[in-house]
Amino acid sequence: MAIVRTRPHWMILVLGLVALLALPLFASGRILSIMNLIGITVILVHGLNILTGYCGQISLGHAAFMMVGAYISALLTVYLKISFWLALPIAGLGTGIIGLIFGAPSLRVKGFYLAMATLAAQFIIPWVIVNVRPDITGGSQSFRVPAPTLGGIVLNTQADMFYIIIPIACLMTFFAKNLARTRMGRAFVAIRDNDLAAEVMGINVFRYKLFAFFISAVFAGISGSLWAHWMRVVAYTHFELQHSIWFLGMVIVGGMGYTTGPVMGAAFIRILDEFSAILSPIVADMFPAIAGQVSAALTPIVFGLVVLLFIVFEPRGLAHRWEIFKATYRIWPFSY
Amino acid sequence: MQYFVTGILVGGIYALIALGIVVIYKSTKVFNFATGQMMVVGAFFCWSLMKWLGFPSWAGFVVALPLSYLIGLFVERLAMRPLIGQPLIGAMMACLALSVLLHGLVILVWSAYVTSFPTPIFPRKALTFGNIAISGGLLGAFVIAIIAFCVFALSFQRTATGLAMRGTAEDHELAQSTGVRVTSVFALTWGIAGILCCISGVVLADRLALGVTETSAIAFKVFPAVLLGGLDSIPGVLVGGLVVGLTESLTAGFIDPIYAQITPYIILLIVLLIRPEGLWGLKRIERI
Repeated sequence: MAIVRTRPHWMILVLGLVALLALPLFASGRILSIMNLIGITVILVHGLNILTGYCGQISLGHAAFMMVGAYISALLTVYLKISFWLALPIAGLGTGIIGLIFGAPSLRVKGFYLAMATLAAQFIIPWVIVNVRPDITGGSQSFRVPAPTLGGIVLNTQADMFYIIIPIACLMTFFAKNLARTRMGRAFVAIRDNDLAAEVMGINVFRYKLFAFFISAVFAGISGSLWAHWMRVVAYTHFELQHSIWFLGMVIVGGMGYTTGPVMGAAFIRILDEFSAILSPIVADMFPAIAGQVSAALTPIVFGLVVLLFIVFEPRGLAHRWEIFKATYRIWPFSY
Repeated sequence: MQYFVTGILVGGIYALIALGIVVIYKSTKVFNFATGQMMVVGAFFCWSLMKWLGFPSWAGFVVALPLSYLIGLFVERLAMRPLIGQPLIGAMMACLALSVLLHGLVILVWSAYVTSFPTPIFPRKALTFGNIAISGGLLGAFVIAIIAFCVFALSFQRTATGLAMRGTAEDHELAQSTGVRVTSVFALTWGIAGILCCISGVVLADRLALGVTETSAIAFKVFPAVLLGGLDSIPGVLVGGLVVGLTESLTAGFIDPIYAQITPYIILLIVLLIRPEGLWGLKRIERI
């Protein structure tokens, strides 16, 4: 079954892509930077969704995997003068291998214990990057990264990065969507639903779990590489445990096991974040006594509350609501 | 030798925090990732009682305990009870979201600055035995931790409520059919965990400093201790806490304080690779 089935679908797709790519012509820099951030996040959350949503393996270490990608890309472009276009796939593959190493415990343990193993990764990887060779990685200082170039043109504005990030994000979304429809994607779903039954059906559970870790980490690495060249600076404070929690929250809010989920979840949470940033001065005006801490407090409060509400009231996420809406729309006005 | 003693004393505090996690895991099968934030909340209750209402330090500590019990009840009722019977990731993510939420609330109410108690709870003077110095705060913390540990461990074994909790841990439906009110046991468990978090939070804040990130970060070092001892074993937790505290202190002393930052997590990985159920945990792990 094709992803795009009918002629109206094609039209919507082409129009949507044209509208998306034309956005820099009239949108302000701030909106573009939010779009770029969403694009980078979408890539990572797709990876996490493949691992957690499809294959059922929980990872609390994805910010650390992203950090690996960011530092690989940054070090390659700074010390070896490799161009960004080559460093991007290398960062993806390198992170994939790191992901395999930390996915190895999944051969023995699963569920909660695996979450613990990836939690260890979340603490060990940043520690290694900061402490082992601080002369190379800049240690706990931030590390400057050059802007990507294309044929002598330096791509350093938000609009330039938009044309790098958004096509890659679209491509990765397409890849994630297709992956879910292949033999491998179906194997992942089988492992998630019942690993014993999957094994009995002839799926090599260990191999597919490692595949899931590898693919997921590749997504994280590419996202990290883009992050490094978009922010133009990398530091360990960008990739802490709280960011891993945020990514998991986006998977939950978007809907686990849907390809639309990560897109919706990442966009929803990032836009919510922007809103709480806009809201905080207003709240600070209303309650001057706590004005100092409102801006720092509002973001975690809003995020924690939203994720908690989603888990309790709509554990299948926004994508599930979207599916319901589509079904209702298709059969309207006769509900049977 | 100095590092050995320090390690044991710190390990005692770790064991107390770990007990709070194990108590919840035993009866509800939820791993409380929000432990660190609950510690911070408890410690800040004590802090505000002392600072804003002028309580003497011991009174502040004692009054903070029932308040944290209420926090535990709230958490259970609002976030955990709707999730009974949901898949693992739901409960786990709820705890993580809760930790983020509590983090934000603490910043909102008490700001993110690092503070300390207006008057220290334990004497600051160091005791010396030969060439070993033990800070009064650390010793007091250790004694409190061990007393609390024994009280809770004993009440698990000897009281009717403890029996109900152990029964719930074994099988929810079976316990319910013998007349145990499972939901109230859950609530009680979270309340007790709130008290334990409060004790350990106050003790740690008194020893080091009180800050949102600083105090809660210690909870992550305790997770390896929990897994080492076994997720559902109370004596195992004591051993796990002591081992983690000791290794950390010895690494800091003899190798490099920088390496001490990650020794707990290396222990965690080793435990997961060699013996995932921990030293005294029940072998209920499915190996696929």
